[in-house]
Amino acid sequence: MEERAGKKIFNGIAIGKIKFYEKADNKVTRRRVDDVEAEIARYEAAKEEAVRQLNALYEKAVVEVGEANAEIFNVHAMLLEDDDYTESVHNIISGQGLNAEYAAATTGDNFAEMFASMTDNEYMMARSADIKDVTERVVTILSGGNGGTDIGDEPVIIVAEDLAPSETVQMDKTKLLAFVTRLGSANSHTAILARTMGIPALIGVDIDAGWNGKIGIVDGYEGKFIIDPEMPLLEEYFKKKAADDEQKKLLQTLKGKENVTKSGQKINLYANIGSPNDLASVFENDAGGIGLFRSEFLYLESADYPTEEEQFQAYKKVVETMGGKKVIIRTLDIGADKQIDYFKLDKEDNPALGYRAIRICLTRPEIFRTQLRALHRASAFGNLAIMYPMIISVDEVLKVKEISKSVREELIAEGIPVGEVEEGIMIETPAAAVMSDELAKVVDFFSIGTNDLTQYTLAIDRQNSKLDPFYDSHHPAVLRLIQMVTDNAHKAGIWAGICGELGADTTLTKTFLKMGLDELSVSPGCILPVRKEVRDAD
Amino acid sequence: MKEFTYVIKDKLGIHARPAGLLVKEAKKFQSATTITKNGQTKKLTQLMMLMSLGVKQGEEVTIAADGPDEDAAIAALKEFFEQNL
Repeated sequence: MEERAGKKIFNGIAIGKIKFYEKADNKVTRRRVDDVEAEIARYEAAKEEAVRQLNALYEKAVVEVGEANAEIFNVHAMLLEDDDYTESVHNIISGQGLNAEYAAATTGDNFAEMFASMTDNEYMMARSADIKDVTERVVTILSGGNGGTDIGDEPVIIVAEDLAPSETVQMDKTKLLAFVTRLGSANSHTAILARTMGIPALIGVDIDAGWNGKIGIVDGYEGKFIIDPEMPLLEEYFKKKAADDEQKKLLQTLKGKENVTKSGQKINLYANIGSPNDLASVFENDAGGIGLFRSEFLYLESADYPTEEEQFQAYKKVVETMGGKKVIIRTLDIGADKQIDYFKLDKEDNPALGYRAIRICLTRPEIFRTQLRALHRASAFGNLAIMYPMIISVDEVLKVKEISKSVREELIAEGIPVGEVEEGIMIETPAAAVMSDELAKVVDFFSIGTNDLTQYTLAIDRQNSKLDPFYDSHHPAVLRLIQMVTDNAHKAGIWAGICGELGADTTLTKTFLKMGLDELSVSPGCILPVRKEVRDAD
Repeated sequence: MKEFTYVIKDKLGIHARPAGLLVKEAKKFQSATTITKNGQTKKLTQLMMLMSLGVKQGEEVTIAADGPDEDAAIAALKEFFEQNL
């Protein structure tokens, strides 16, 4: 028995035979051809077929992992259609009278070498692998292969140095138990694809070709790869796997299903995220949109105020990746309890009731305007909505909207494209809940932040564990406020949702449906359990 | 001939995806379009060559167009750089 540690990419347990995967070795032979015109035509046909395959992979990946992650296959197609690449292949065929396989392989090697030698540009060096990948595809087609990745007839754990995204996507998923690779990063295309396909995967494992054919266990929870497991351990893992499968099966059946009750009532289930890195789990769990994108990470990760451009890139990435699905981005929500050095906030006795969120934005408009410019610019790239936190009055909303409007007009005047933007507020203060009839007239939506709303309504500090016996997350006062906010939203013709922890509380899902809430935004892992509860409701 | 200079703002520089889109954009015009960095000039219609320049964030490039529709080409390319790079 051997055990190796690895970095976990996707939770899950796999037990099965290890297959040591090596790239299909297209042994390219160099041979003379008489009819060079026919050979060029043969190359062109193979190229067309490769581009067709890549376009199909792109379409497949768009659905599975979103547009931004699928884009790699478009780039591959463009590389293959590049004039210099094509010219080089044609020259070798016609100039030297050699076969198309050899011409393509040589061209691919030359270009891959050119990129690999760009040692001052890590990004471009990595593109060398992309050129090899597309070249292999054409060569496989020319040699009569279908470009597919055959992994045999029995289910296996694939162990490899590295896997190209096109290889991962094409492997027969019914035969694929897990991936274990030495190379690759947690954010590589292959890692994202593994997560999306729901296959346990480990990277950074010190692999050994001698394992081929042995039994292996991939523990994606603990980040362990066990080779040749002994009996008591193997049995233990069979039990763990059975329990894990049961749970996953239950949830997988819910993917792609509507969030609809037996009587036909629908509700939107969106995801809460804290950074663009969470996007993979958004797709993995089939969220209908993003109900809360906390913009704080941009400020927390940075040593100084993030620039408009940095913010714009992050927001753009999220809205683009989500395609046309709604992305609600909450403006800066920090305060004395979430300290950021360069904001130089004073220490406060009562930070939860202090100088935070929109209060900082309204008194330091230069910070706010930078963020709003980035948000409005990103709105040109998808379905973006802006949400303002910690609102207590109509007057505040009017001020905020005035600033937002002037930012938007400024961008238009500069000739910078902007899209349509919904503007809504968090309902997290009792004041906002009580005034929700008036607030509903000046915003496009409400999202109820139940964590703060509960703390403020019950006057209970959640950080203080001594108060736990008094804390009741289902307190009728909070539930009544939620009902009131929802009713007031509907009276004004706008929608209301919940983005606090209570939204994921499945013992309340039926209550929320009865209250008429239009949306629940929960952490990605909670979407399918809540969907189950919705579909079980009458 | 018309030209403009531009400083790349994108974190990854002229990476694969915008490079591919840039080639598509350049091919829409009859004029010969080029990109120059540190005295090295490449045609904008050549993806591999364009990528081989390895243009990074903060670097300055000169874009030129020469031909019957050079004004339109420069206007479109300028907009492309401002929006994508």
